[in-house]
Amino acid sequence: MLRAALREVSTALKEGRVSPTELCQRCLSLIKTTKFLNAYITVTEDTALRQAEESEKRYRRGQSLGDLDGIPVAVKDNFSTAGIETTCASNMLKGYIPPYNATVVQKLLDQGAVLIGKTNLDEFAMGSGSTDGIFGPVRNPWSYSRQYKEKCGQNSRLENEDSSWLIAGGSSGGSAAAVSSFTCFAALGSDTGGSTRNPAAHCGVVGLKPTYGLVSRHGLIPLVNSMDVPGILTRCVDDAATVLGVLAGHDPKDSTTVQDPFNPFELPSVIDVSKFCIGIPKEYHIPGLSSETLAVWSKAADLFENAGARVIEVSLPHTCYSIVCYHVLCTAEVASNMARFDGLEYGHRSNIDKSTESMYAATRREGFNDVVRGRILSGNYFLLKQNYEKYFIKAQKVRRLIANDFVNVFNSGVDVLLTPTTLRDAVPYVEFIKEDNRTRSAQDDIFTQAANMSGLPAVSIPTALSEKGLPIGLQFVGHAFQELQLLTVAKWFEKQAKFPILQLQEMLDHADALSHQKISLFS
Amino acid sequence: MWALRNSGCLCAAWSWGRSRLARGTAGGRQTDQNPEWQLEEQKLLPQKKVTMELLDHLERLALVDFRNWEGVERLEKAIQFADQLHEVNTEGIEPMDSVLEDRCLYLREDNITEGNCTKELLQNASQTADEYFESPPDSLQKAAFCKLRCSFFAGENLVTGNIPLPKLEEHESFLQDSN
Repeated sequence: MLRAALREVSTALKEGRVSPTELCQRCLSLIKTTKFLNAYITVTEDTALRQAEESEKRYRRGQSLGDLDGIPVAVKDNFSTAGIETTCASNMLKGYIPPYNATVVQKLLDQGAVLIGKTNLDEFAMGSGSTDGIFGPVRNPWSYSRQYKEKCGQNSRLENEDSSWLIAGGSSGGSAAAVSSFTCFAALGSDTGGSTRNPAAHCGVVGLKPTYGLVSRHGLIPLVNSMDVPGILTRCVDDAATVLGVLAGHDPKDSTTVQDPFNPFELPSVIDVSKFCIGIPKEYHIPGLSSETLAVWSKAADLFENAGARVIEVSLPHTCYSIVCYHVLCTAEVASNMARFDGLEYGHRSNIDKSTESMYAATRREGFNDVVRGRILSGNYFLLKQNYEKYFIKAQKVRRLIANDFVNVFNSGVDVLLTPTTLRDAVPYVEFIKEDNRTRSAQDDIFTQAANMSGLPAVSIPTALSEKGLPIGLQFVGHAFQELQLLTVAKWFEKQAKFPILQLQEMLDHADALSHQKISLFS
Repeated sequence: MWALRNSGCLCAAWSWGRSRLARGTAGGRQTDQNPEWQLEEQKLLPQKKVTMELLDHLERLALVDFRNWEGVERLEKAIQFADQLHEVNTEGIEPMDSVLEDRCLYLREDNITEGNCTKELLQNASQTADEYFESPPDSLQKAAFCKLRCSFFAGENLVTGNIPLPKLEEHESFLQDSN
């Protein structure tokens, strides 16, 4: 039951084959078994059970609120949740209890969804591994999969476990790991430069970044206001469409949501791809791309061509500068956004109280990690009076060129672009931390951030397993506000790809072994 | 059959990231082993960018400190990386603030829709006095004390010439290193 897609379990709830409480309890128990993944920062057991009970009453009365009623969902810990600690995985917000719900959280609750917990991330969502938060790194569930173990041929796996486990990707790694390890049916992530799609690719789930302006950011603790978008992580494309249907639409509390009416849609069950034109951007073929990811990408293009779709090579000539441009704009907005954390109104406050300024400075020194401080400082550098034109305005001009590249390609008749999501499959944690956060982000966001710069919707679809038995994801990028078209193409592709389900038994055995040995990895 | 050719386009950005593998981390002043990268470095870093005055200025603006030499290194690398932007011809191109620039910005009616939440809001502050957030007692007390409630204090200048940032033990040592 837990492995089912959201749609299937929704049907089971409606038919009374499972009750919301039972479902909630099963998820909670699996969260306990898989605690070593470190996917959750807070598990909201009591409120979840209460919400499940409410849902159960509604079902008994025949007054279910819809597809999400009684469905356990998880939310990244950078969305405000009323009465529930929201930390951004930072000392700065440890203990912070928001007085209100983010609009997207409220919309989920209004539909009867059961909020099961808040998921782990990189501090303030700055990172691409979910390794840089104060609660420790998220472990990729595929590290413990039968598929990976078989390919790696590790017989003495328990001994090697601590060096061989893989990163989940980031920064929404906790949400991706939660959906992938069956502890919830959908999760919210956030996506500023690829933070939903990257971990989705590494954990073998669907990760959707909607068009900028379609989904409210109210209550999402901001990283880069002009690029942040709430992301959706699910086990299949249909589920992503269902959740999008609930979340999308104008919010009076977020003036950057568009006022066009949004009609929730169901994706067609029979899809003819021959009417679509798929663009393959040639600049996305770069030296660092792994040969297997390249092969999977090529094969996917063949698949579309063989099904009668028009597949053409296209050019996005400014691609190579996109990550550089992103780096400047991101740090500049971060510098400005992080100014709010001063210790006075909420969050951490230092004991140093010689003066207000020394308290501010000490609070920020104690509250932020090196990555956050580094981005604040470089952002301030790019925003200096003497650098403003040279870096910030320059980057904004390059941003227009990048956005125009997409406009030109889409105007030439392309419906959807097909690209890799990441350069390669997930790497072991010990490998990942050999490089600093900025370098890692520059590599890992390389295919994803351009969609944020241009505001376009993009989705990562789990496609195949690598030689090591790990997920490889491909990304589709669509026209602005054309999620229906984007997800229709993605759904067709998902069906062809037949991505295998994560074989968890190994992981559960592992958890059992650990609990027998009374090892608590994260206490 | 789809044969994807290798594009040279991303080489600049990519070789930057890759070549760091060969670079040492501490100090960052040793000569690089990678000839391709040396060229880039010469092109991108004609002179040392960050002076001590600038570091000091940035720390005051950002109200965070570099903490150690690695923090300064991180800034220098971030600048180097950003300098690649100058290869792009942006003549006649307008800067882009937002992807929604062609749409009307929504303004809601100026009506009170929520409020009476003083207690809730104050709960998240670690120090309060009555209905106020409390800042450390100093000459700027009034301005900061009334940050939320009393906009009429805005006339008092919060920014003074001399912000007493906490001094770091390391601060001295990296000052010397750089001389």
